[in-house]
Amino acid sequence: MARAETRQSVRKTYKLFVGGEFPRSESGHSYAVGDVRGRFVANAALASRKDARDAVGAARKAFPGWSARTAYNRGQVLYRVAEVMEDRRPQFVEALRQGEGRTSAVAGRLVDDSIDRLVWYAGWADKLAQVVGNANPVAGPFFNLSTPEPTGVVAVLAPQGSSLLGLVSVIAPVVVSGNTAVVAASVDRPLPAVTFAEVLATSDVPGGVVNILTGSLDRTAATLASHMDVNALDLTGLAGDPEQATALEVEASANLKRVRRAPAVEPDWSLEPGLDRMTQVLETKTVWHPIGV
Amino acid sequence: MYDRQLYAGWVTSTAARTAASRNDSAAPDATYDAAAQEWADVTASESSLRRFLHGLPGVDQVGAEQRAASLGTRSIKTTAKAFAIDLAITMVDLTTLEGQDTPGKVRALSAKAMRPDPGDPGCPSVAAVCVYPDMVATAKQALGSSGVHVASVATAFPSGRAALDVKLADTRDAVHAGADEIDMVIDRGAFLAGHHLQVFEEIVAVRAACARADGGSAHLKVIFETGELQTYDNVRRASWLAMMAGAHFIKTSTGKVQPAATPPVTLVMLEAVRDFREQTGRMVGVKPAGGIRTSKDAIKYLVMVNEVAGPAWLDPDWFRFGASTLLNDLLMQRTRLATGRYSGPDYFTLD
Amino acid sequence: MANNVFEYAPAPESRSIVDIKPSYGLFVGGEFVDGHGRSFKTISPATEEVLAEIAEADESDVDLAVRAARRAHSRVWGRMPGKERAKYLFRIARIIQERSRELAVLESIDNGKPIKETRDVDVPIAAAHFFYYAGWADKLEYALPGLGPSGARSLGVAGQVIPWNFPLLMLSWKIAPALACGNTVVLKPAETTPLTALLFAEICQQADLPPGVVNIVTGAGDTGRALVSHPDVDKVAFTGSTEVGRAIAAAVAGSDKRVTLELGGKAANIVFDDAPIDQAVEGIVNGIFFNQGHVCCAGSRLLVQESVADDVLARLKRRMRTLRVGDPLDKNTDVGAINSAEQLAKIRELSEIGEQEGAERWSAPCELPDHGFWFPPTVFTGVTQAHRIAREEIFGPVLSVLTFRTPGEAIEKANNTPYGLSAGVWTDKGSRILKMANALRAGVVWANTFNKFDPTSPFGGYQESGYGREGGRHGLAAYLQDPGAKGGDA
Repeated sequence: MARAETRQSVRKTYKLFVGGEFPRSESGHSYAVGDVRGRFVANAALASRKDARDAVGAARKAFPGWSARTAYNRGQVLYRVAEVMEDRRPQFVEALRQGEGRTSAVAGRLVDDSIDRLVWYAGWADKLAQVVGNANPVAGPFFNLSTPEPTGVVAVLAPQGSSLLGLVSVIAPVVVSGNTAVVAASVDRPLPAVTFAEVLATSDVPGGVVNILTGSLDRTAATLASHMDVNALDLTGLAGDPEQATALEVEASANLKRVRRAPAVEPDWSLEPGLDRMTQVLETKTVWHPIGV
Repeated sequence: MYDRQLYAGWVTSTAARTAASRNDSAAPDATYDAAAQEWADVTASESSLRRFLHGLPGVDQVGAEQRAASLGTRSIKTTAKAFAIDLAITMVDLTTLEGQDTPGKVRALSAKAMRPDPGDPGCPSVAAVCVYPDMVATAKQALGSSGVHVASVATAFPSGRAALDVKLADTRDAVHAGADEIDMVIDRGAFLAGHHLQVFEEIVAVRAACARADGGSAHLKVIFETGELQTYDNVRRASWLAMMAGAHFIKTSTGKVQPAATPPVTLVMLEAVRDFREQTGRMVGVKPAGGIRTSKDAIKYLVMVNEVAGPAWLDPDWFRFGASTLLNDLLMQRTRLATGRYSGPDYFTLD
Repeated sequence: MANNVFEYAPAPESRSIVDIKPSYGLFVGGEFVDGHGRSFKTISPATEEVLAEIAEADESDVDLAVRAARRAHSRVWGRMPGKERAKYLFRIARIIQERSRELAVLESIDNGKPIKETRDVDVPIAAAHFFYYAGWADKLEYALPGLGPSGARSLGVAGQVIPWNFPLLMLSWKIAPALACGNTVVLKPAETTPLTALLFAEICQQADLPPGVVNIVTGAGDTGRALVSHPDVDKVAFTGSTEVGRAIAAAVAGSDKRVTLELGGKAANIVFDDAPIDQAVEGIVNGIFFNQGHVCCAGSRLLVQESVADDVLARLKRRMRTLRVGDPLDKNTDVGAINSAEQLAKIRELSEIGEQEGAERWSAPCELPDHGFWFPPTVFTGVTQAHRIAREEIFGPVLSVLTFRTPGEAIEKANNTPYGLSAGVWTDKGSRILKMANALRAGVVWANTFNKFDPTSPFGGYQESGYGREGGRHGLAAYLQDPGAKGGDA
């Protein structure tokens, strides 16, 4: 008992996740994160514009290698993330109890669903091309085949409400096909995202494939939306904020980013997703080749 | 020659002949002159040379890489490993090609070349010490009559970007200083621009510049810088070009460009020397250089030599490793096999 | 150092990782049970050493297994959500990866194939099949056109019979898609190679797979017949000889059983004069000597353009001299043992017929071990379409070489066979590859490569090489109810 009185816990520092490393914000700023009742839980890093640019740089650097991997390998890597996540289940349950105010049972189901969601997407890695690509019977002596390819670097504003299941549901469909992602986590509930980053870092995901920023969107969202080396933008995290979403979509038009618009309300993440989150960040490439001796 | 059905009947031509032994490098190379005659019509013009080189069969990248990888899975153990390690030591061209090279560094390297493991007189010496031309005299003096050759890079190594007469002067200078072997670089710019004849003539000229006053000649290694040629088709063409021009050795890389030597590049070159001997009877050596750092890697190359070109090439006269750090790893493995213990870098000399 | 001989010292893989029991029962309802029939011995074809005593399932055993599978289908597996089935399959895939060395060694011992191949081909691709189909289990509504979310319905109990040439790999080709689609299975491995299937049964236990989802019945032809003709089997999947395939097709006539057959082949491997020659030689070697030529899609007929025939043959023979034949467990062995005395006799017989019919026989010089079943890599030249060795499947390391002059002649000769499983084309010209691919009547056409397999890629034959496809999205169709048949006419 004496021990319990004297021992102080070692508190975790929540940092950004960029290029496979965990830097503090270059600005040195952090912000207080509370639980659902507003009690202080931890400080999280407050990402700056520069952090957002660094994250885009890291994502771009990771793109050639990640997109060149075999689909089978990407599937294995994502499945491995699910395995490691299962291993950390209690930690995520605790984070959802604190951050989203869930009961243990509900939090447990959300973590299970998040893991299953990863497994679902992992399975798509080597099937997507078989479902959305095809041979085209052109009227002539030509072989003609359409296959999907990743569009490149995708900036994702993760949902504000569902801080784990929602997060996983917007990241996995982006990276499974070979894109790399810069993700702005839920502003008020960023801690599951940081723990998820630790899962990514200890599984087989190459550094830079997923980069996670925490902190106010005021600093990061515009930078990502206007960045000319970002190929697509997912505005899901701005659900119910059409004004800002529209402003960012206008920014994104400068280099014709593929934009996924913000929904009016945050989707029900427990439903099985369709293909659209994957197909929206794919390009279709069609190859023609003559047939003759 | 080039206008026959390309490649048809290749292996039915001249039977392979025994190659000149290592110490005969001073003897006039009758085979070379005969071969030069044989290729006269191919090398008569830019267009005939181009037709020939582009008529060589293609190399399928995926297939070549798989073959190299598959040879890399051979498991070489115990007696075979001991044999391979000693053989690999005798094939090392111990190399220092740095702006910071000094006579002291070259003398130390030469001492290491002659007696790689001072604690073990049974350890063989390496094939050669490879230096810049201005260090040849120092190396020659240090190596004396040990039998370890002095190899010198030349021809405006590593880029090769200089006028021909400068390159030839560079070569003559090294030969005059006593170089036994010259490692020249081809003009990759000319090659990639399709000026094959220019590259060919340059090699012929450098080979002539290798002549010594006593009537002998330094051996010529021709470096392609395969990392800049990029395709295996180009590597095969460059190999034939250099062999027709009289190269004694074809060599992958300068070590200054990445990627340097790789197993599939070396595979394609080994196929080229094998086919060249089938057709002309003349044997040409192969030297992968750069990036080969471990005994395991070296043994993979020897397996490839053995199974692709054939056992005749398992000889420092016909196969070399251009390397610096490789030697110490070979020595460590050699000690490991002898003592059963894994050794550490502190037990081998750093030069 | 002149004239060195680089002799590779033996590099045997340790056998200690495998634990072969003296006898094995049948795997029924999640447990190993004694059979009611006799037993037979499985031997190592490389040494003729007896490895274990194996139960031979009789009709009553097969019936018990089918009942167990039916129960598991109707009570558990058939109604389990796809995403939960998926997790079992992922788990099995992971265990195969974790126990890969054990499986590889066991397969090499029981089958005679080189450890290099079991380690680098059979086992990793088997694991990959489970991974691939695991991913489909909860995505079946995307698999076939016309299937709605509720339209993907399993067939029921699948009776599966597999051959001895790729025991574990063929097991994975059969079991993974069947389970992904919600079916349960009774699988009969070949009588000469039952051991990895029985180890797979242990893996099912380790994965906590519900009892009865996978059942393994060992035995020979009678056991197989009992299985495919069992009235409560909904689906028959067979890989093996065309002769047996034909018998199965006749046996199921008039029943509701669905059938897929993957049978023999006599593939043409066509080399044009502009081929990447060194890689083509590798492809020829891989095409016919991979797995001792015990490959239904083996490139057993080399069709080489006459203008390069001498060159290609000289290169081929030179390459064949470097093939290392011997101990399957030696990591440097390229060609292992022939799987059985029976198969060896068949290879010898057809080779002798080849000589009698006037073809010229050449074998790579190699020392063959004293015990076990061995046949040296062999080439027949001067073969014509009329020779039996150009028409019949030898299923051994024996290549028949024919020549052609024009693409038209190559197509004509390649297609002049009742089979149609696979074909190879070697040329640097892309449009010719596609033209040839279009013209060849074969289920798989490899261009500038050969004998490549991947779980995403459908495999199967035309004509007498069988019907149905295994692998890929197409492989699911064999294990799902037809999209059109939404229960209406069932």
